[in-house]
Amino acid sequence: MIREFFTKKKQAITIPSADAKNDVPEGIMTKCPDCKQIILTKDLIKTAKVCPKCDHHFKMTAWERVECLFDENTFKSMDDHLKSENPLKFPSYTEKIASDSEKTGLNEAVLTGIGKIGGNEVAVAIMDSHFRMGSMGSVVGEKITRAIEAATDKGIPVIIFSASGGARMQEGVLSLMQMAKTSVALQRHADKGLLYISVMTYPTTGGVSASFASVGDINLAEPKALIGFAGRRVIEQTVREKLPDNFQTAEFLLEHGQLDAVIDRRNLTETLAKLVGLHVREAN
Amino acid sequence: MSKTLAFEEPIVKLREKINELEEFTSTNEVDLSEEIGKLKTRLSNLETEIYSNMEPWDRVQVARHPERPTTKDYIAELFEDFMELHGDRSFGDDAAIIGGIGFFESMPVTVIGHQRGKDTKENVKRNFGMPHPEGYRKALRLMKQAEKFGRPIICFIDTKGAYPGKAAEERGQSEAIARNLIEMAGLKVPVVSIVIGEGGSGGALALGVANHIHMLEHSTYSVISPEGAASILWKDASLSKQAAEAMKITAPHLKEMGIIDEIIPEVLGGAHRDPKAQAVEMRKVLKTSLDSLSEMNANEIIDDRYNKFRAIGVFSE
Ligand SMILES: [Zn+2]
Repeated sequence: MIREFFTKKKQAITIPSADAKNDVPEGIMTKCPDCKQIILTKDLIKTAKVCPKCDHHFKMTAWERVECLFDENTFKSMDDHLKSENPLKFPSYTEKIASDSEKTGLNEAVLTGIGKIGGNEVAVAIMDSHFRMGSMGSVVGEKITRAIEAATDKGIPVIIFSASGGARMQEGVLSLMQMAKTSVALQRHADKGLLYISVMTYPTTGGVSASFASVGDINLAEPKALIGFAGRRVIEQTVREKLPDNFQTAEFLLEHGQLDAVIDRRNLTETLAKLVGLHVREAN
Repeated sequence: MSKTLAFEEPIVKLREKINELEEFTSTNEVDLSEEIGKLKTRLSNLETEIYSNMEPWDRVQVARHPERPTTKDYIAELFEDFMELHGDRSFGDDAAIIGGIGFFESMPVTVIGHQRGKDTKENVKRNFGMPHPEGYRKALRLMKQAEKFGRPIICFIDTKGAYPGKAAEERGQSEAIARNLIEMAGLKVPVVSIVIGEGGSGGALALGVANHIHMLEHSTYSVISPEGAASILWKDASLSKQAAEAMKITAPHLKEMGIIDEIIPEVLGGAHRDPKAQAVEMRKVLKTSLDSLSEMNANEIIDDRYNKFRAIGVFSE
């Protein structure tokens, strides 16, 4: 379920690789996995990590999204202190969390906080697929829930960027229940007449797609993002037919009425600012 | 004679021996009544011993027993004047989820549940109890209808999961499940969900955002099947038995983790051995639940559900 999305993913290769020049320092160049173009890494950041030649959207870390998204120096993260436990006592689970935490600088697979977009305050949850494939366990569910609750208390919109293979297997049914936990929080936020924008990025699947990611007042997705409930291989085995190439892509979902729009990442901040601006209500 | 499960074999062997002896005495002039009596006592002890020491994997087998009572069986036992209502008003009528209205203890209620088949023909019709989006949308339509008329909602959970098919994806399986979660959160009427067989992942949860969740003693509720967990976590589906243990998917485990409210005791050997007696046990728990929830107003009901799910999760800070 979770794993197959990642084995199929084309890896973004950071030079130097076999065909790189020896005098190029590590990380300075990046090769596009789609069109094989070699791009200066610092230029790639300027284009929000979108390939200037073929529009391929590279995976982003949560902090890179913060850089692109918020008005300068307005973002404050929250709940960075929450720590995952090992409730089912899975061997090496604690070690894996620790190692991903070190690798990403995050306490778990989502970064949450409050900042300003186009001058308006919003709460955000930004999932990071570099951390345990963005899977949702207790801490991810709790952080997202707290971000939604903060938005409800402050009467501001919430934007959730999904990037997740689904539920975190190692936390069993506790992970499943995070789908319900985030949903009860979103219901309260909605009940106050507040805006929720869901932004689906590569990949948004399984339990994340089957909970908060699919029920935005406005559902957006990045081009070619993989979005779906069941894994492609599982479906192929079940229905015994070849699935179309664009199956479970953002474009496929748009065609089938599941999305409001597919937005190129280079226009995403502007789009979000505009949408948030359209929902600002004057304080009484 | 119902299908024998692996862990029940010692019981079946002993019962066969008793039958043989009884048949022998009926055709021969010998008195073996003392012998047979002893064996019957042993059988009863053996049954108690085996059925009260079931491993998680044994419970999985009982939960999947082909003759295990389904939603329809419990509806027939628990509700009067039940009428099934069909369709999602948009695409079709998914036979993998059924729903309708009837009386429970003289009170009008809405009943919704996953519906498996009991033979191949019915399983094909009901897609083995694995719903498409229109099934969840029918369920939601009936829940909103219940809310309009102030009826409590009772959900029976019994599915391996939402159907992983092409058409299901095209029609928004994710959205259908997600929509139910968020809409159930806001329902102004009491919701009680009972897991009666397998509670498979999001497809089960879509009928499970309830004020009270109960589980039959040998039912399971999990994020993934033991087979799926074994192949993902250990790359070996044959380790399902270990996965059933490790993933903590049985009623006692869920009760321990504070996720469910009550374990409904099953008749010895499993609900399929006496569905009528099983329904009597279920009626008691359901009545207690609905009685306690009937004292709440709409806001209290929504807050109660909020607090229930808000509290689930294990972490430190
Ligand atoms: Zn490219």
